Amino acid sequence: MVAFIIRRVLQGMMVMVVIALIGFAIKQSFGDPVREITGISVSAEEREALREELGLNDPFMVQFGRFLYNAAHGDLGQSFFYKKPAMEVILSKAPATLELVFCSAILIVLLSVPLGIYCAIRPKQLFAKFVMGASTVGVSIPVFLTAIMLIYIFSIELHWLPSFGRGETVNIGGWQTGLLTWDGIKHLIMPTVALSSIMLPLFIRLIRSEMMEVLQNEYIKYAWAKGLPPLRVWIVHAFRNTLLPVITVGGVQLGITIAFTILTETVFSWQGMGSMFIQAVERADSSLMVAYLVVVGFIFVVVNTVVDIIYGLVNPTVRITGRK
Amino acid sequence: MQPLLEVKNLCVEFAMRSQVLRALRDVSFTIGKGERLGLVGESGAGKTLTGFSILNLISKPGYISGGSILFEGRDLAELTIEQIRDIRGNRISMIFQDPMMTLNPVLTIRTQMVETIKAHQKISDKEAEKIALDKLQRVYIPSPEKRLDQYPHELSGGMRQRIVIAISLLTNPGLIIADEPTTALDVTIQAEIMDLLLELCRDEDMGLLLITHDLAVVSEVTQKIAVMYAGRIVEMGPTRDVVDHPEHPYTRGLIAALPQSCDQGQRLLQIPGIMPSLANLPSGCSFHPRCELCQDICKREVPVLETKASGRHVACFMVK
Ligand SMILES: Nc1ncnc2c1ncn2[C@@H]1O[C@H](COP(=O)(O)OP(=O)(O)OP(=O)(O)O)[C@@H](O)[C@H]1O
Ligand code: SF4
Ligand SMILES: [Mg+2]
Repeated sequence: MVAFIIRRVLQGMMVMVVIALIGFAIKQSFGDPVREITGISVSAEEREALREELGLNDPFMVQFGRFLYNAAHGDLGQSFFYKKPAMEVILSKAPATLELVFCSAILIVLLSVPLGIYCAIRPKQLFAKFVMGASTVGVSIPVFLTAIMLIYIFSIELHWLPSFGRGETVNIGGWQTGLLTWDGIKHLIMPTVALSSIMLPLFIRLIRSEMMEVLQNEYIKYAWAKGLPPLRVWIVHAFRNTLLPVITVGGVQLGITIAFTILTETVFSWQGMGSMFIQAVERADSSLMVAYLVVVGFIFVVVNTVVDIIYGLVNPTVRITGRK
Repeated sequence: MQPLLEVKNLCVEFAMRSQVLRALRDVSFTIGKGERLGLVGESGAGKTLTGFSILNLISKPGYISGGSILFEGRDLAELTIEQIRDIRGNRISMIFQDPMMTLNPVLTIRTQMVETIKAHQKISDKEAEKIALDKLQRVYIPSPEKRLDQYPHELSGGMRQRIVIAISLLTNPGLIIADEPTTALDVTIQAEIMDLLLELCRDEDMGLLLITHDLAVVSEVTQKIAVMYAGRIVEMGPTRDVVDHPEHPYTRGLIAALPQSCDQGQRLLQIPGIMPSLANLPSGCSFHPRCELCQDICKREVPVLETKASGRHVACFMVK
């Protein structure tokens, strides 16, 4: 198991290097670091001197090595707009995004597991057919449309929920959280629902189809033949086996959710990394764009590695081979 | 005396989209306390279906359409799903063909044993585990404590089937239904497993419904034999008598096809043709297209299983 974890972590680091390379290439082709430092009212000779001093005329690989070294130490360059280290800007925006993704993930799991299981064991029931139909429709509605419909219904018509911002937040050890105030939670509801609207139907369908396949197995028939109570057959015998493929696919999907935060945050004026990224693109703030890519890539890799390790813990076959 | 299990005129149908397939028709047999009955026949004859319908385990388009299944004074065909659940794995245990497929790959042997006891008895985990250990010893599994923590894939095929047998013993059932319990195993351990099953049934005075197409195994293990063809029992009687003097033309064909019954390099006899599919059963006797003795009446009327002059139960017009 230890060897397995080490292998996964090493693979994750490889992926990070590739992401950093892509980020660096983007930075090379868009950004002009000299402008970021000096502005435009500086003569051409002075700029050239500065380029030399900053090592911008060094070979690509040397510069990339320096970039990697700095990135590993948390230095992703200076944001041209904020006049602050890009890392600092991102870290101040991260809690908003992470809380949004976290709440979405919880909502998705809480709804998709029972609904997926139900649709698998009672596929002919009216309610199951309704859920499946609704999920087909749900997948095909774009996130921004869902978000706008939510705002129209719950903010404009009913005045129940606020339509933008995070509301009141509390600072806990440098982490601005909206989870501890009633106002913060009210602000979270619609963005969470909008962000979940794509993944939830996918998860329901995934759990249902995997579960239906598992239910065909001989060991399920045997579990019935042993006279086990239905809940035990469905949850312990069938769902435990369904979990394996769901974890693999689910982990990747959860990573993709982060991409959808860009849309959601923009519609709800959510002050997170996603809306920050859009602004960075508009302002051609290349350091910030690259920093966003690297940080999101990092989160993605961490999630996938953790998912793989959980998979190893759930699946005894992997655990055994890992032990050897 | 009331037999342990009395199946009477059991009929099973599959409701397909265009038609209703009659998969089992008027299947009747009895198993006394501690008695062992072998159910044989070609693939698709309905042997597995018979075993499953006893515990109401037939899967979806299938259902019991008639007959009764009396077991320890109750008609299993009439029980609610809650009531039959208390019989399953408790008074009647099943052993399936492939132990690799029957044991759940993500649960330890301990979990799979303890849950079976706890489904039927109010008992602590500790006590349940003691029973599990006792039964593992009963099936001669070396270092049983170690096995409890293992997963199915860590064990050999023979070991797995021993564990399935141990699970079937956990609640001291009156009857075991074993559906081809050795077919998926290595030839070298098939006999071991069969001997174990026979020894346990004798010692514990358990009834056994042994489903197989291996006539040699049936004649070693069982006292009674029932031969199935296309959803019906066509011949039934004491195993020795039936194997030595088969009366139904189909049984005769089966026995003639056995390697040991052709002496001195004689050609292996085979029944010509194949068993008809349920969707287009022949009129009259289902066996008539393959039968040498076939007469006009066989094509028109269905022979019923009746006691013949010899005391044997045979469904054939030509056997007196
Ligand atoms: N779910 C089902 N739907 C339709 N027909 C079925 C279904 N299950 C079984 N049958 C049919 O019922 C008949 C009896 O099947 P069964 O499995 O009892 O045969 P068997 O005697 O056990 O054969 P084998 O030796 O291959 O195990 C077969 O013709 C099969 O095609
Ligand atoms: S009833 Fe007729 S066709 Fe059927 S087995 Fe007997 S002789 Fe053959
Ligand atoms: Mg079968």
